[in-house]
Amino acid sequence: MKYLSEFRDYRSAKLLAKKINEITKHNWTIMEICGGQTHSILKYSIDELLPSKISLIHGPGCPVCVTPLEMIDKAIKIASRSDVIFTSFGDMLRVPGSELDLLSVKASGGDVRMVYSPLDAVKIAQANPDKKVVFFAVGFETTAPANGMAVLTARNLGLKNFSILCSHVLVPPAIEALMSGFNSNINGFLAAGHVCTVMGFDEYIPLSEKYKIPIVVTGFEPIDILQGIYKCIYLLESGEAIVDNQYSRVVKKEGNLEAKNIINTVFEITDRKWRGIGLIPKSGYKLKDEFSEFDAEKIFDLGDINVDEPEICIAGEVLQGLKIPLECPAFGKECTPENPLGAPMVSTEGACAAYFHYKKQKVN
Amino acid sequence: MDFQLSCPIPKSEYDKILIAHGGGGTLTHQLITKIFLNQFGNEYLNQLHDGAILEINKTRFAFTTDSYVVNPIFFSGGNIGELAVNGTINDLVCCGAKPLFISTGFIIEEGFEIEDLWKIVLSMKAAADKANVMIVTGDTKVVEKGKGDKIFINTSGIGIVYDGLNISPQNVKVGDVIILNGRIAEHGIAIMSEREGLEFETKIQSDTAALNSLVDEILKVTKNISVMRDPTRGGIASALNEIASSANVKIEIYEEEIPISEDVLGACEILGLDPLYIANEGKILLFVQESDAEKVLNVMRNHPLGKESKIIGKVLDKGSPLVTMKTLIGSTRIVDMISGEQLPRIC
Repeated sequence: MKYLSEFRDYRSAKLLAKKINEITKHNWTIMEICGGQTHSILKYSIDELLPSKISLIHGPGCPVCVTPLEMIDKAIKIASRSDVIFTSFGDMLRVPGSELDLLSVKASGGDVRMVYSPLDAVKIAQANPDKKVVFFAVGFETTAPANGMAVLTARNLGLKNFSILCSHVLVPPAIEALMSGFNSNINGFLAAGHVCTVMGFDEYIPLSEKYKIPIVVTGFEPIDILQGIYKCIYLLESGEAIVDNQYSRVVKKEGNLEAKNIINTVFEITDRKWRGIGLIPKSGYKLKDEFSEFDAEKIFDLGDINVDEPEICIAGEVLQGLKIPLECPAFGKECTPENPLGAPMVSTEGACAAYFHYKKQKVN
Repeated sequence: MDFQLSCPIPKSEYDKILIAHGGGGTLTHQLITKIFLNQFGNEYLNQLHDGAILEINKTRFAFTTDSYVVNPIFFSGGNIGELAVNGTINDLVCCGAKPLFISTGFIIEEGFEIEDLWKIVLSMKAAADKANVMIVTGDTKVVEKGKGDKIFINTSGIGIVYDGLNISPQNVKVGDVIILNGRIAEHGIAIMSEREGLEFETKIQSDTAALNSLVDEILKVTKNISVMRDPTRGGIASALNEIASSANVKIEIYEEEIPISEDVLGACEILGLDPLYIANEGKILLFVQESDAEKVLNVMRNHPLGKESKIIGKVLDKGSPLVTMKTLIGSTRIVDMISGEQLPRIC
């Protein structure tokens, strides 16, 4: 397939691996931000092709994994109402809240529907005027334009029965939080290609300068990731801390201006709690006040949902790249995709699930 | 910054049936072992084969049953009726049997269009005739509106096991090659695109087909087949994992050799689905002695249902069941049993 098979090519992979080997002189730890990249790395065993001097650690860029427990509980509370059709992307449905997940709500009779686009949820609202239709708007900057578009479309259609439960998170504040932590051992980042497709990479330049780290905007196919690693190692070995763009076939420096315009119209920056990590200032989007009629948190009386997550698994450390899933005593034993203790074991993009599916023999 | 290292509360067993319990993955497996085998277990059922092989008066019969609840009932490339006939034929074929007789049970929702029923029945008749099997008994139940979803069909089937053929995972040998008769994931993607209203440039069609004539041809050139399996729900990954587990062998497959159409691959990329786990309805995996592989491939490639047949893998080792895949970039990864339904991811 054009633009796909070239990026999964055996010869290119071998060549890149050889080049990476040749230029790597020191020990380096690189974090890929995005869960999609983590998934690719494990799915194609890219780590097997790299010299032992390079450690890949996995970042917090799995939207399912970092959506806070309270938000899942709010979703469950809304979805359980008989006057609601609750819509969501597929992989949010299995994430455990403090007691249930959305699939269990569905099994108990709740009208929970999987959609492929927030605009599908708007269509459901049009078709069901007697029901309140709520879309679970999670994700990084990548999904924000489409979710914003859904709100704008609903307003243009004059819909009074559509709202979103908004839990958007942002990448640069997460990098800032990781780097300002006293125990950061990260030497370089692979930034998330799709986030940068929307946002561009201007906002990464001050981070790179402040923390003296190279940041390489990277795609998702195995060759993309190997190229991203090559560029990052090259910068590290030559002592350069700049932002480079491996994913230039998609990402422009300024991003997608139209998409950013939608985001700026509908959302504003807010503090956001990240599951397993904690509160990160100015790390999320919320709906602007002028769109509050589409804000599910304002429409439904959700009371105070405040749940503390007990310290059982090491999801927080995994999400910050402090540990890899194989270091968790519960991995593959008490904690499996059927019985996940933490969200990274639920989502296909979660680091724990990726290790479980592609690497578990290394535990045994 | 104040970091709280915490995690979600544990979630263990489900106390209600979820859709994933029917997905063909780990939850289905748990349901079968913990509930059904727990009570029904016997020497036939315990083999967890596509059907049971029963010996009556020195004749070996294969007996199988399957229920069809597909939504939508009419889809690109077929409908629920021919799926029900072909599916049961294929289960018998995978027991190494020549399919002979089929039963049909209809559960129909009040208000269902007679015209739609007629269309379904016509295609069942055509599918049965084409495969040379007879529909010999049946049952009809009608449920109140809202108590079913249009129509559900159960089919059971009986066939006679071919002489000299002994199909069982226990017979899988190190060195057996794994042959697949064509492109994967077409049925699942056809259904999904129809159900979700997804449109692609070309229409992806279900591959529903009865495999008995293909297997007839194969059996003319070899009896050295240890296992045949139609990789339906759960796709080729689940089928291979089941075989690896019951045969206690290590299997390696080659990503580059697995036939898949560009349209299906594109759809999977868009939706974030792994085609290895997506349903097929006209595909068969054959574990064949390596020395017979060439002649098997020859007859398969001369049959309309096997034109793109390929060797997609090999049995590497006895002990510790595992399926691995040589990836396109030359590395090796595990192909796991899926835990539930594949859910399209967020981004």
